[in-house]
Amino acid sequence: MNEKTIAGYCVKCNDQGFMEDLNEWNEDIAKELAKEESIELTEKHWTVLKYLQDQCKEGVDITMRKVGKSGIVDIKEFYQLFPKAPLKTASKLAGIPKPVSCI
Amino acid sequence: MKKSILILGAGTAGTIMANQLNKKLDSNEWQITIIDKETKHYYQPGFLFLPFDLYTPEQVVKNIDGFIPKNVQLLRQDVHQIVHSENKLLLADGKVINYDVLVIATGSKIAPEEIQGMDGSEWYKSIFDFYTFDGALNLRNKLRTWEGGKLVVHICEMPIKCPVAPLEFAFMADDFFRKKNMRDKVEIIYVTPMSGAFTKPIAAKELEYLLESKQIKIVSDFNIEKVDTEKKQIVDYGDRSVDYDLLVTVPTNMGDDLILRSAMGDDLNFVPTDKHTLQSKVKENIFVIGDATDIPASKAGAVAHFESDIVTGNILKYIAGEPLDPEFDGHSNCFIETGNGKALLIDFNYEQEPVKGTFPIPGIGPLRLLKENRINHWGKLAFRWIYWNILIKGRPIPFVTSKMKKAGKQINK
Ligand SMILES: Cc1cc2nc3c(=O)[nH]c(=O)nc-3n(C[C@H](O)[C@H](O)[C@H](O)COP(=O)(O)OP(=O)(O)OC[C@H]3O[C@@H](n4cnc5c(N)ncnc54)[C@H](O)[C@@H]3O)c2cc1C
Repeated sequence: MNEKTIAGYCVKCNDQGFMEDLNEWNEDIAKELAKEESIELTEKHWTVLKYLQDQCKEGVDITMRKVGKSGIVDIKEFYQLFPKAPLKTASKLAGIPKPVSCI
Repeated sequence: MKKSILILGAGTAGTIMANQLNKKLDSNEWQITIIDKETKHYYQPGFLFLPFDLYTPEQVVKNIDGFIPKNVQLLRQDVHQIVHSENKLLLADGKVINYDVLVIATGSKIAPEEIQGMDGSEWYKSIFDFYTFDGALNLRNKLRTWEGGKLVVHICEMPIKCPVAPLEFAFMADDFFRKKNMRDKVEIIYVTPMSGAFTKPIAAKELEYLLESKQIKIVSDFNIEKVDTEKKQIVDYGDRSVDYDLLVTVPTNMGDDLILRSAMGDDLNFVPTDKHTLQSKVKENIFVIGDATDIPASKAGAVAHFESDIVTGNILKYIAGEPLDPEFDGHSNCFIETGNGKALLIDFNYEQEPVKGTFPIPGIGPLRLLKENRINHWGKLAFRWIYWNILIKGRPIPFVTSKMKKAGKQINK
């Protein structure tokens, strides 16, 4: 496990930069991480992050299909908000573990 | 009157359960019935070998009834709906069957209709699957005369059964075209929605190295939106595209529509199941085994075999009114055929990712974990014999336990 200082907060991260403890997360951290990804966080972004955190707290495995059917965004919009690898990027900003597709 | 236990599906998992329960339940007290809509049992791992003319169709299909014990009643019926509130089944022909205990083993099937443009006019012309008998045979015929171009090996979305099969397909395609002296005419591209060749880091590294050494290009984090058959491209939601001449895809995998009609599944029609006891979360007298569950373990025949010991034990406990054993650890064991007469073996569970080591006898082997060699390839070929003669008959495989062994693995603390 590594420690990383993000926006002045010292948080536990894995070696790919995913936070290990959602309790350490706050909005400043998300903003700082968003900057690294060149994403300007809008209202919609926050709603998605909140949704992902709620799913994670409930112990639900998060998949692209589930986000697409969440009623919050469809997959196309999800890509517009978090380009390239939206599930990975959004999970990082939300302070939750990287979603693993079951294998 | 006897009590009734019903098994839905006579594929790998259902057949194992019929054999196991037949040995364990008192036949004066229990009637075991197994139901399937088909008459044929396919050795699905053989679908990987069919396209390359390495197995014949006859080697991968047998009749279901040859594997069901005499005391077990076999019905050839399409099950329409499970009415779990009333402990009964509705069959497609309108008949009703009541049960005391139900085992769901209806597996997982491909759903190419989930992706726009996939199963249209080009299906089985330039777009193929190898997850069905038909798909594998049609692809074999195509490959016999294909003159080369861009071969795209592709996964639509996770989870899929036998998650390493598409990688194996890519490795074996490399070997196939080399032996046909036309590897220089074929570009092989591996396209996956995952961030790498595998989800777990140590195995991913090993497999990505193999892809590279075989000149197979990998495109990761690719979430397909549609197939553009005019332009011969697959397109993802982020508007990235990959050109193909021949697209070999693993379509979305879903549980049977029966699960949807019974309102018992998740968004892919997989049945919510306790990942340690294998009891359904829907109702106490329903157990789920094999590809039909939503548990985060590999969907594989070997896994169904490991699960069967736990399901059988827990059904006996349930009948006796005792608490269930949370025994299933997610144990998966899987050969990865890498072409050129070699294979690699991985053995892992919910907690332990695949690492290097020896299997099944710690320190001895003879198989090697996460290492490409010939003995592993013979192991993969022997798996067909083991499947028909040991596995689906619900017999133990020598030295292989339901629970994963840590001994013999190089685990870094
Ligand atoms: C290409 C490929 C390669 C593979 N390689 C390997 C490997 O190397 N090792 C390994 O361990 N596994 C491998 N697998 C996976 C393995 O084949 C499956 O995990 C296994 O067959 C699952 O068994 P199951 O009983 O859950 O489902 P299945 O064997 O698919 O059986 C389901 C049965 O239910 C029946 N059914 C479904 N719905 C209904 C209904 N409504 N009414 C009546 N009957 C119904 C079906 O007809 C079918 O017979 C591979 C699979 C594929 C496709």
